[in-house]
Amino acid sequence: MAASLSRICVAGAGTIGSLLAAHLATVADVSVLTRREEHARALNDEGIRVSGRADFTGRVTASADPGELDAGLVILACKGSDLDALARRLAGHFAGATVMTVQNGLGAEEVVGAQGAWPLLSAVTFMSGTRHSDTHVEYILDTETWIGPYRDTTPADAHAVADLIASSGLKAEAFNDLRPAQWSKLIFNATVNAVAALTGLPHDPHFAEGQLGALVHALVDEGKATASAAGVELWEDPWEMNVLATKRGHAHRPSMLEDVTAHRPTEIELITGALVREAEKHGVPVPLHTALYRLVKAKEASYS
Amino acid sequence: MRICIVGCGAVGSLFAANLAQLDDIEVWAYDASREHVDAINADGLRLSGAGEVLGRLRATTDAGELPACDFGIVATKAMHTGAAIEATAHAFAGGCVATVQNGLGNEEALAAHVERVIRGTTFPAGKIVGPGHVQWDVKGDTTLGPYGDTPFEEVERLARACTRAGMPTDAVRDARGPQWRKVIFNASTNPIGALTGLTHGRVCERPDLRELVSGLVDEGKAVAAAQGIVLDADPEALIDHAAKPEVAYNHKASMLQDVEARRTTEVDFLNGGIVRFGREHGVPTPLNEAIWALVKGVEDSWQ
Repeated sequence: MAASLSRICVAGAGTIGSLLAAHLATVADVSVLTRREEHARALNDEGIRVSGRADFTGRVTASADPGELDAGLVILACKGSDLDALARRLAGHFAGATVMTVQNGLGAEEVVGAQGAWPLLSAVTFMSGTRHSDTHVEYILDTETWIGPYRDTTPADAHAVADLIASSGLKAEAFNDLRPAQWSKLIFNATVNAVAALTGLPHDPHFAEGQLGALVHALVDEGKATASAAGVELWEDPWEMNVLATKRGHAHRPSMLEDVTAHRPTEIELITGALVREAEKHGVPVPLHTALYRLVKAKEASYS
Repeated sequence: MRICIVGCGAVGSLFAANLAQLDDIEVWAYDASREHVDAINADGLRLSGAGEVLGRLRATTDAGELPACDFGIVATKAMHTGAAIEATAHAFAGGCVATVQNGLGNEEALAAHVERVIRGTTFPAGKIVGPGHVQWDVKGDTTLGPYGDTPFEEVERLARACTRAGMPTDAVRDARGPQWRKVIFNASTNPIGALTGLTHGRVCERPDLRELVSGLVDEGKAVAAAQGIVLDADPEALIDHAAKPEVAYNHKASMLQDVEARRTTEVDFLNGGIVRFGREHGVPTPLNEAIWALVKGVEDSWQ
């Protein structure tokens, strides 16, 4: 990754994109690629206000036209369900830049890699917030973003980006191989997000005890068996991640629950769908994840 | 003969109003709804739709008013069985109590309070449209059979009375077959509708979801087989029949209606019942267990 980190483009200004762009704007030149022109205008006029765990306004350059922006690092921060469309908009632009995905689940790198020859970094993020408007995001959970090399990048590149993010006030960690961490989060998300979307429960102590806890445990076990068959040694035990998260005292509403509540398409394909396809590939039976996958897909179909 | 309907909702009202047509039967109804009971006592119990019937009967919210009865027919939602029979058991000290409820475990709950219990499964359906008035949506058969040591002649007596009243009822030695067929049908389809928001027909037309339904059916069949229960028909046939546009394609399962209205569902007595009997007989039921946990999670989300 020869490209410089002094100019960064954040593509997709939802909650995660807004948090990254505002913070990085304090240590680099940051541009934001938006879908809507009025969103770009608002960002150019007002910057991005961060409240909650931090309180400042990050100044950015924004545009809805990728041709107007240039950067050494492009961070794709949209939701998984919007990734393919966003990657297609980047095709033919940002020559020489490195592109980093931060989507949940598995397979984001391939979706983006299909649209251009950029060097790729993989990332997953645990931070969370609430987007109050086009120009205001509340920073809620100050948890880490994990970064690793993926295509034509090295561990040193991942470290350089992690250091930059950490210097901007967010938490980040670099890995020589992201897969163990990515799979830990995949199993965690496939389980917790789908159960939350189907029950309407936020990620609260129900997920760690009693009848629902037993289901969550069985789902995690199916995920672990799949990881093991895929030759991935998990970075963290997803069951322990789950138990710990339910003890934070703040019951997080997973994005998939927010999506089904608002009748939006969910990230089920990149998360549970990816896990089920990996399990099939390696001959591991995952009847419970398969059931959840089908139920969430059917719930999406019930919107119309 | 004196018969008391315990729980005079839609199904209970179908039995109550029809039985009240017979001169040789005195019908009582015990129900928790004061409005419904007052309307029945003032103007009678009216059925409309599949049949137009006006039944004259005595209704009460006070179990202490009930006289000694020959038969009870319990038609409450399954989660209210225990409380309903505890309150009314004194009226059945010399009689038999039949359940026509959904789910598994109702017979056991009744047998904890009364000596002679009749197992039953009923297919007629309707809905309450107002106090004292029930819409009769679907006609259908009822099957009764002895539970424990209940004499078969008593089962036959009640079945004959129901049949004469226009509610066709069979008395059989082992009523578990029809009961498990209906339980497996309900447990395999109702919660899928409740979790996804889809009508019965839309659940069945998604091949991957229909396969999940079959997975649930197979577990239920295995638990029934382990107990030596012979299903009277294949629940799969019932599921496919109901999915037809002219039958119940657009029907929202009662559990979906419960979830939309944030009412406690009968999942404990459907999927929960299959899991419990599966454990007793060493049959694994992981899908029913998962679905049970998810629906309980939905109920918990309302707290």
